Amino acid sequence: MTKPLLSVADLRVTFELTRAGDMPWTAPRLLHAVSGVSFDLFPGETLGIVGESGCGKSTLARALVQMVPATGRAVWTDGTDLLSITRAQMLKYRADIQMVFQDPLASLNPRMTVGQIIAEPLRTHHRGLADAEVKARVKEMMDRVGLLPNQINRYPHEFSGGQCQRIGIARALIVRPKLLICDEPVSALDVSIQAQVINLLAELQRDLGLAMIFIAHDLSVVKHISDRVMVLYLGRTMEIAESGALYADPQHPYTQALLSAVPIPDPAAERAKRIIPLEGDLPSPMNPPSGCVFRTRCPRAEAVCAETVPVLSVGAHGVACHFPGPLIRTRRMAERA
Amino acid sequence: MAMLDIRNLSVRFDTPDGTVTAVNGVSLSLDRGETLGIVGESGSGKSQLAFAVMGLLAKNGRATGSVAFDGREILNAPPAVINPIRAQKIAMVFQDPMTSLNPYMRVSDQMAEVLVHHKGMSKAQALAECVRMLDAVKIPDAAGRVRLFPHEFSGGMRQRVMIAMSLLCRPELLIADEPTTALDVTVQAQIMTLLGDLRRDFGMATILITHDLGVVAGFCERVIVLYGGQIMEQSPTDPLFATPAHPYTRGLLGAIPRVDQEGEELSAIPGSPPNMTRPPKGCPFAPRCAHAGEDCLDHLDPLTEFAPGRFRACNRSLEELA
Repeated sequence: MTKPLLSVADLRVTFELTRAGDMPWTAPRLLHAVSGVSFDLFPGETLGIVGESGCGKSTLARALVQMVPATGRAVWTDGTDLLSITRAQMLKYRADIQMVFQDPLASLNPRMTVGQIIAEPLRTHHRGLADAEVKARVKEMMDRVGLLPNQINRYPHEFSGGQCQRIGIARALIVRPKLLICDEPVSALDVSIQAQVINLLAELQRDLGLAMIFIAHDLSVVKHISDRVMVLYLGRTMEIAESGALYADPQHPYTQALLSAVPIPDPAAERAKRIIPLEGDLPSPMNPPSGCVFRTRCPRAEAVCAETVPVLSVGAHGVACHFPGPLIRTRRMAERA
Repeated sequence: MAMLDIRNLSVRFDTPDGTVTAVNGVSLSLDRGETLGIVGESGSGKSQLAFAVMGLLAKNGRATGSVAFDGREILNAPPAVINPIRAQKIAMVFQDPMTSLNPYMRVSDQMAEVLVHHKGMSKAQALAECVRMLDAVKIPDAAGRVRLFPHEFSGGMRQRVMIAMSLLCRPELLIADEPTTALDVTVQAQIMTLLGDLRRDFGMATILITHDLGVVAGFCERVIVLYGGQIMEQSPTDPLFATPAHPYTRGLLGAIPRVDQEGEELSAIPGSPPNMTRPPKGCPFAPRCAHAGEDCLDHLDPLTEFAPGRFRACNRSLEELA
């Protein structure tokens, strides 16, 4: 088996909303954004991370590049733990790990030209490069992502959303990273433009042999682009499996509910589909349920779910559930229906 | 007679960059109890169409054409005409439940206001009706939560409050403008199920404005596809998805990744939507269309019926597209 590019173990991110000891009697108020996520990412692989708002998917990505402090381990292929090194040491790895952000326009500096924006990572990570070389590489990259190289002196506001996302991708790829983290890269784009960017990312990934972490709330998009998919809920991994297996045969009741809720652009299929309704709202990450975090909304929950945290099963298809299994209409669901 | 009859509606905005044409000569009609989907990408004019019907255009917006509701002209109508129709006959649910509720007012107060104003109810009567309606949209413990402020509800619950508020006067037509776009997929499923139930229980007509063809597939009887402010295709839902008749509709359907199918490469539509400060003279989709010829840049054939209930606006015949 090949060596993982990145091996994440028990990653946790906790935000302190109120500090302990502000007043002698104040206890800290803690928000557990990510609570013990582990996964391996292999070279050239795309790992999709899906979940609803507040599940910690963006925080997880940010933790990997030290944009938010985290505990646990994230071991890079050379044996370095990315979470424990200093920020100065991290700089070296930032060339290997690049990010593409959600809002294409907001993630570009409006006062810099496209050429300056795309060149900035080169200027940061390869200080010795001559100006002519930088410009040549920028133009080459612009051409690669489908931008006209003669637009190098334009400003971001002169571009459409899809083109801005191409600029963001060019900026990320110019330093030839090994891992590209895409945080909702297409959710701000229209369907027709979204397809262009997805195709571009898939093509670049194939040609450059990139590993990719692709974060999105849209399960169809994630399915389309990912080799493996991880489902998060309230900061914990519910299920992780090879993409085909996860979508065809989900084992976790949350994954099943999530998939059943995705609208299908086909009237016959959409009418035939049975939606598994999730009762109630997402619990507060400040006060997550005991045991399995999903149990408050789970059709299969039993007493044990409140007592013991289910462990993610090992193997190709990992499930964190006391009662995993293919979709069946449980007695409780039948009663509710 | 159709309940809502829109004829040649155009919406233009005066901006510092020139006149923006958001809606360009749209005609459509809607019968009682019918469910119509209006699909389009950002800038296609789908929201401005609804705003024009409701008389909610921004100050720099001008609407021309005709909008008749039950035979009465309501486009650009004075407040004395449009106000009794708004909320009582036509109600609207907006996209963002966060910003469409007043954060300073208790839910009870902003909901009761509608009934006190439009129905002349007393505060106590109105409050009781509000609780009944919150119950109808399945907010648990409605009586206890009606006194809360909007921020005390989750996004999905806030959208339920918005829907409850829009239904208070039992409208005959509900216009829902991207009602689930800001919501998570499981919450979206809850809200769409709720809207379907309410439509059945209250017997109202619904216009669902959305960019999501999946949502339309499950909810609407008839679909209008807008692009660049013009209707490209109009059809009952099933045939639209089975045999889309316009290059743009085909492009859209090919560009959507599907959760129920194995992925091949998506057939993306090249280029980007038109700049509506300079609306194209011919077909707005022509610059991105694989079938376009010189004539498409110059003019667009009017929307014509090519099969019962199915309309398309395209210079190429169906045979030419095959």
